[in-house]
Amino acid sequence: MLSSNAFVDPGKMKDYHYTGPVEHRFSPYSFNGGTVLAVAGEDFAIVASDTRLSEGYSIHSRDSPKCYKLTDTTVIGCSGFHGDCLTLTKIIDARLKMYKHSNNKTMTSGAIAAMLSTILYGRRFFPYYVYNIIGGLDEHGKGAVYSFDPVGSYQRDTYKAGGSASAMLQPLLDNQIGFKNMEGVQHVPLTQDKAVQLVKDVFISAAERDVYTGDALRVCIITKEGISEQTVPLRKD
Amino acid sequence: VLIRPASSQESVLQPPCGPAGLPPAASQTVPLPFPMSHGTTTLAFLFQGGVLAAADTRSSCSGLVACPASQKIRPIHSHLVGTTSGTSADCALWKRILSRELRLYQLRHGRRLSTSGAGGGASADLGGTSGGLQKASPSSSGPGLWYVCSDGTRLRGSLFSVGSGSPYAYSILDQGVRWGLTVEEATSVAREAVYRAAHRDAWSGNCVDVYHVTSKGWTRRKREDLKEEYYREKGRQGR
Repeated sequence: MLSSNAFVDPGKMKDYHYTGPVEHRFSPYSFNGGTVLAVAGEDFAIVASDTRLSEGYSIHSRDSPKCYKLTDTTVIGCSGFHGDCLTLTKIIDARLKMYKHSNNKTMTSGAIAAMLSTILYGRRFFPYYVYNIIGGLDEHGKGAVYSFDPVGSYQRDTYKAGGSASAMLQPLLDNQIGFKNMEGVQHVPLTQDKAVQLVKDVFISAAERDVYTGDALRVCIITKEGISEQTVPLRKD
Repeated sequence: VLIRPASSQESVLQPPCGPAGLPPAASQTVPLPFPMSHGTTTLAFLFQGGVLAAADTRSSCSGLVACPASQKIRPIHSHLVGTTSGTSADCALWKRILSRELRLYQLRHGRRLSTSGAGGGASADLGGTSGGLQKASPSSSGPGLWYVCSDGTRLRGSLFSVGSGSPYAYSILDQGVRWGLTVEEATSVAREAVYRAAHRDAWSGNCVDVYHVTSKGWTRRKREDLKEEYYREKGRQGR
């Protein structure tokens, strides 16, 4: 269902009153909501996303996770416009296969991040409306998180939240994982169990305050043993 | 280093045309539903000890701080440093292209391309993107500083500041920068300029990076959090 209003600010419905003649213009973009989060630890990485797919005031699906497995050591979380998320992940999968066939090895997380940056920039003048976060293990087995903007600017982080509730989650992560904005606090390294618990708590908070986040949480934990997934229910309202 | 004049800050959702309102080469027919990250304070100047470049580290996206620890000064090679401002994706990618072209030149011709040549190459490539570049390096003819803009402007000078915080930085630089500065004095002026700009400009802040380029190459000062500086100053004033 595509709203016929001009999409100056998708995700916000206009008021129901007559403002005079309005030019209706087709917008190729739509906003489907969703939040993704990634945390890098010493020898693990976590990529989590909610599973709600919405548009305007409607929910299309309660079971549409936004984490996509790329390799045995890398998971990508994509939120924003679902059409572009699907196409982008298909393109990344194809490029991964091409790399594997030409170079006889799997792409590393850093290489995938650099490649994604060029893929996104290739559409600089008609961007993919996708907020990407890649989580995985680097060549040394340490956790790595790479966060992107829609046109391909990226950098490596320790933790990052993206999507509709990112502005609410990022300060919380800064405080709990980065120990920022506090004085006289002991910096304790993050264990895997504590990180998973923190991610769950953080999403429960996001579901309370952001209408586009909710239904369920899918957590992917990447370690050298492989990728394990957990699903946690969230508010459905 | 791409620098975007303060006047185009409002055009967040408009096509990324050149700052002087020139018709863009590849115009955007689709209005973007999201803002790009930009907003910054960067500066560079020449002095007897080489070239000094400094920048803040805040990357903002409309009202949100997308990244409080971004790198706005990126080395292009051992003797050339570029500062970035404007859309970060544009800056990052053009910097990569520039590094590649300079490296190829070096391999083909056996010597490094001068800063003015690098500037020429960059301005020919830019077009349609938004931002400005400052390139600082010492070459065989001495240190060089070039300001390159996405509309193709290429200016040589001895002092530039680019970004939304540049007016504040200029006020410190104009009174403090002289040819005869020592390295410590120059670093202190550059730091102070970024600090004042970060304090007054909403889109600049967090930390400051300082790079010093000489004929031996570039050195980087440890990234410094400006919050500490602010509290030190408050303590000194006894307020």
